[in-house]
Amino acid sequence: MSLCDAVSPLLVSPGLPRSGEGDPVFAEPWQAEVFAITVHLHERGLFTWPEWASHLTLEVHRAGRAEDGSDYFEAWVAALTRLLAEKGVADETLVLALQQSWQRAAEATPHGQPIQLENDPHRSRRAEE
Amino acid sequence: MSGDHHDHHHDNHYSDMQARVRALETVLTEKGLIDPGALDAIVETYETKVGPRNGARVVARAWSDAAFADWLSRDATAAIASLGYTGRQGEHMRAVFNTNATHNLVVCTLCSCYPWSVLGLPPVWYKAPAYRSRAVIDPRGVLREFGVTLPEEKRIRVWDSTAELRYLVVPQRPAGTDGWSEADLAGLVTRDSMIGTGLARLPETAA
Repeated sequence: MSLCDAVSPLLVSPGLPRSGEGDPVFAEPWQAEVFAITVHLHERGLFTWPEWASHLTLEVHRAGRAEDGSDYFEAWVAALTRLLAEKGVADETLVLALQQSWQRAAEATPHGQPIQLENDPHRSRRAEE
Repeated sequence: MSGDHHDHHHDNHYSDMQARVRALETVLTEKGLIDPGALDAIVETYETKVGPRNGARVVARAWSDAAFADWLSRDATAAIASLGYTGRQGEHMRAVFNTNATHNLVVCTLCSCYPWSVLGLPPVWYKAPAYRSRAVIDPRGVLREFGVTLPEEKRIRVWDSTAELRYLVVPQRPAGTDGWSEADLAGLVTRDSMIGTGLARLPETAA
C-alpha cells in the first residue's frame, strides 16, 4: 500500500468518482455528507475497510444500477444503511421513517428558516433525551 | 391549500437521498457516534478542492469575453449552462456584477439554496443562521470579519437566494491582469469572491 497514513482507505472505495487531482467529486451536498459520515465512522472504528468495500461493491453491482455510474452515491447510501443495520446501530425501518419525517419537515418549513425535524407536522415532539 | 401559488411554492423539498442522509445523521448523532463539527471539517477538506472551480471558469470567461459577460448579465442560467454547468434541480441563476460603486453579497439561511453546480458545496459558515441575519443587518461588519474593508461610499447590495433563484457574484477583475489567459484568471477567483464575502485574489498573490 502506497497510501499515506492520513488518507482514509475509504478514498479507495471501488468506483469512487474522482477529479483530475484524484479527489472525490460530488454533484450534490448530500453526497459529500454521506461520504463524510462514512469516513468519520470508519475512523472511529465502527467498521473495517473490507467490511465497507464488500457492502459497497454489492450495492454498486446490484441489478438496475445506472451503467454510467451516475447513481454511485445512491449505492453508497444503500450500502451504509445496510451496514449500520447489520451492526445494530440503526434499524432500517426507523431510518426510513425518519427519512419521511425529514421530507415532511422540509415541505412544512418556509423559506428563510432552518429545516428542523421538529417541523414535521406528524411528529410528536419527544420529551426525553 | 388555498394559495395561488400551489404549483411550485413548496419552499423546501428534500429528495429521498437528501432525506435519507439526514435520517442517518439524526440516528448517529443521537447515539453520539458522529459529531456534526467533525463532518463539516471532512466536507470542507474536499469542498475546497473540487467545488468552486466551475464558477471560477464562468467568472474568468466573463472577464475575458465582453459578449459572454453581457449574456451572463441578461440570462445567467443559459450562459452558465453553455459552459456545461447546470443545476440538477432546475434552479435559475442570476449573476450580479461588482462595480466600483456596488459590492454584492449573497445570503440564504438554508443549505438547499446554494448554486452547487457552479460553487460546489456551501461553506459551513454560510449555513449558519448567524451569517444570514447579520449579513442583512450589518453587511459591512460581516465583510470586515472576512477581511474585506470597503470604502464607505461603496454601496453593498445583499441578495437572498431562494430555492428557485440563486446568485453568483462576479467580482471585479484585478488590475494588472491584462492579457492573462482564462485559466490563469480563474486561479484568481475564490469561492468567497463569488459569494461576495471576499474579493478576487491580486495577481501578486496568485499561487
